[in-house]
Amino acid sequence: MKITTEAGERHVLAVTVDNEAGVLAKITGLFTARGYNIESLTVADITPDHALSRITIVTNGPPPVIDQIIAQLDRLVPVHKVTDLTDAGMAHVEREIALVKVAGTGDKRIEALRMADVFRAKVVDTTLTSFIFEITGSSDKVDRFVALMRECGLVEVGRTGVVAIARGPEAL
Amino acid sequence: MTEMSGADMVVQALVDLGVDTVFGYPGGAVLPIYDALFNHPTIKHVLVRHEQAATHAAEGYARSTGKPGVVLVTSGPGATNAVTGITDALLDSIPMIVLTGQVPTNLIGTDAFQECDTVGITRHCTKHNYLVMDPDRLGPILHEAFYIATHGRPGPVVIDIPKNVQVATGSYSMPETIDHQSYRPQVEPDPQAIDAAIALIAAAERPVFYTGGGVINAGPDASAALRKLVGLTGAPITSTLMGLGAFPSDDPKWLGMLGMHGTFEANMAMNRADLIVAVGARFDDRVTGRLDAFAPEAKKIHIDIDRSSINKIVPVDVAILADAGRALDALIDAWGAKGHRARDLGEWWRRIDGWRATRCLDFPEKKEPGAEIMPQRAIKALFDATRGRDPIITTEVGQHQMWAAQHFGFSAPNRWLTSGGLGTMGYGFPAAVGAQIAHPGRLVVCIAGEASLQMNIQEMATVSQYRLPVKIFILNNEWMGMVRQWQELTYESRYSNSYSDSLPDFVQLAAAYGWTGLRIDTLGQLEEGIAKMIDTPGPVIVDCRVAKLANCFPMIPSGAAHTEMILQPSDVTGTMDDEAKALV
Repeated sequence: MKITTEAGERHVLAVTVDNEAGVLAKITGLFTARGYNIESLTVADITPDHALSRITIVTNGPPPVIDQIIAQLDRLVPVHKVTDLTDAGMAHVEREIALVKVAGTGDKRIEALRMADVFRAKVVDTTLTSFIFEITGSSDKVDRFVALMRECGLVEVGRTGVVAIARGPEAL
Repeated sequence: MTEMSGADMVVQALVDLGVDTVFGYPGGAVLPIYDALFNHPTIKHVLVRHEQAATHAAEGYARSTGKPGVVLVTSGPGATNAVTGITDALLDSIPMIVLTGQVPTNLIGTDAFQECDTVGITRHCTKHNYLVMDPDRLGPILHEAFYIATHGRPGPVVIDIPKNVQVATGSYSMPETIDHQSYRPQVEPDPQAIDAAIALIAAAERPVFYTGGGVINAGPDASAALRKLVGLTGAPITSTLMGLGAFPSDDPKWLGMLGMHGTFEANMAMNRADLIVAVGARFDDRVTGRLDAFAPEAKKIHIDIDRSSINKIVPVDVAILADAGRALDALIDAWGAKGHRARDLGEWWRRIDGWRATRCLDFPEKKEPGAEIMPQRAIKALFDATRGRDPIITTEVGQHQMWAAQHFGFSAPNRWLTSGGLGTMGYGFPAAVGAQIAHPGRLVVCIAGEASLQMNIQEMATVSQYRLPVKIFILNNEWMGMVRQWQELTYESRYSNSYSDSLPDFVQLAAAYGWTGLRIDTLGQLEEGIAKMIDTPGPVIVDCRVAKLANCFPMIPSGAAHTEMILQPSDVTGTMDDEAKALV
């Protein structure tokens, strides 16, 4: 007997929650308990009184599973609102920041700097034998930059995961 | 605002919330609360003999009264022992509050004596949980917890209270109303969805109502509304295990339970229907059978209070997100407002009568007085003997549970207490304790298997202590019957570890606890034995010996369709492939 899994599609969910102990564990635990995927998850509080946090989750699954994920998140007591930013008609902007450390000298070092310029990555630290670049963009763009840096002496990379927000004047 | 200790706050909040009974077991980390409860004038504390039993007793109390059950246990093992009952309450949507003691806040995280991460352990088996770090938060959290446990889809809520928070003082006041920031379940149905549903119901030629525990949870008025709507439409009705009692079993429109051990007529009607009206039911795998063959010709209306139940297993045509009772009332109003009349469903009923003619619940038996008792006969005899007494029936889990569901008729809600979702052996006896505490004058019978009963048999002492007249009716076949049945059907009768070896003598055990013990061996003793059980004051255990190798039919094998029911043992053929063996 073989065990098969269904192909999925990528969705970005914005979730506002009470900023209290255990909320993140509830949410990540829900994903593990029910077998949902997390590609990335970011969280930070977003109100002056620190009462609410916004969690951005990038997940993957067939449409009925995405629907279930939203419903399951929505019924958690500390969850205020769940929005599927990938939903049809919901144009949105996604950004991710990466810090990319490259070590080397000579041609490779020059090439790294040149490509960083093309990608509009900023140099945030340098030594005679290394750079740290800060790059902001879509996950795709960050992926491509990191891939190129592998050829130029990449030694370390840190990424924030995706934050996203809907286009237009309205709030969620 | 009144200044008081955390422990006094807990007790005051319970009083303010109308709690009259707490099921619990003391220990180091809850001693302040136990001291606050000492000789309390209005709150009765029921001392169980194991914390799991406290949770099931609270479930029995809740299911038989409609009020939330309250549990009080200590930290560490007290909390972990409660986890099975908490999970059971989550899966069967039972409102329950569990207060757990915790080590003092300064010791949390140090592996202190009887410390465990209670909120971590119960995070995914509760509807919500709290760790209270500040005595001033205790009052609001207790009131919020009751609101959450009882509103929307009911469920268990755990409140973990460190010992120093119980001792420290804080201010308490009773909140006027709970206006929760984020948890506001929708209870009123969307009128457009009601109109769409009523149009489908009025046009259906082969409709079936499929109802579940949500109707029971919505209160007796919802059951009354269900009866009215079914009467208006003239449609047949079936129900899940959890929904039994919402509709009277002696009504001609009642098809019996559906699903794995449901009736042939209920499952065939689901399969051939052109409209299914699901009310407070969640399309569980025990109900649907093979999904791609589930009700293939039917449009589906789904009424549920939990948005995540809708389209989870089966995609539906009309979703009504609401309390079952409110939705049924709205459907009744819309039916009248649109001037609908019941259609002529004669052709549909003729087909149903054809399926009924298979008499799928019949079973072979010998009739002479010395014959062995078929378990189905024992249930039927118990049903006949308790008619008119309005008994509360609880069950353990296994064959006896399914036979009880098939052969015991219910005519009102809150009389049938069983573990459906989690399928917890050991549920029935403590649930009977909880139901009997809530209804001291009623006849409460736990229908048990000899294996399940032993999972919480220590509660015999609780029953003796509180002089509860609980009756335990054991269908004793000396097997974990449902395990043996599956081994017979799936593993060529290799009965691996399913024999109930070294059973106690239940009659002598009864005597040891100060109960009355009875034994029934033959068909000729059955009626008299049951009558004696009912007429004997105080607790009674009946060891009713039944046919050892009887199997529970009809049965839809795992992964089969509603139309592929096994009706009798002779229908069992061949062996199962690995795909089927992997299904639960």
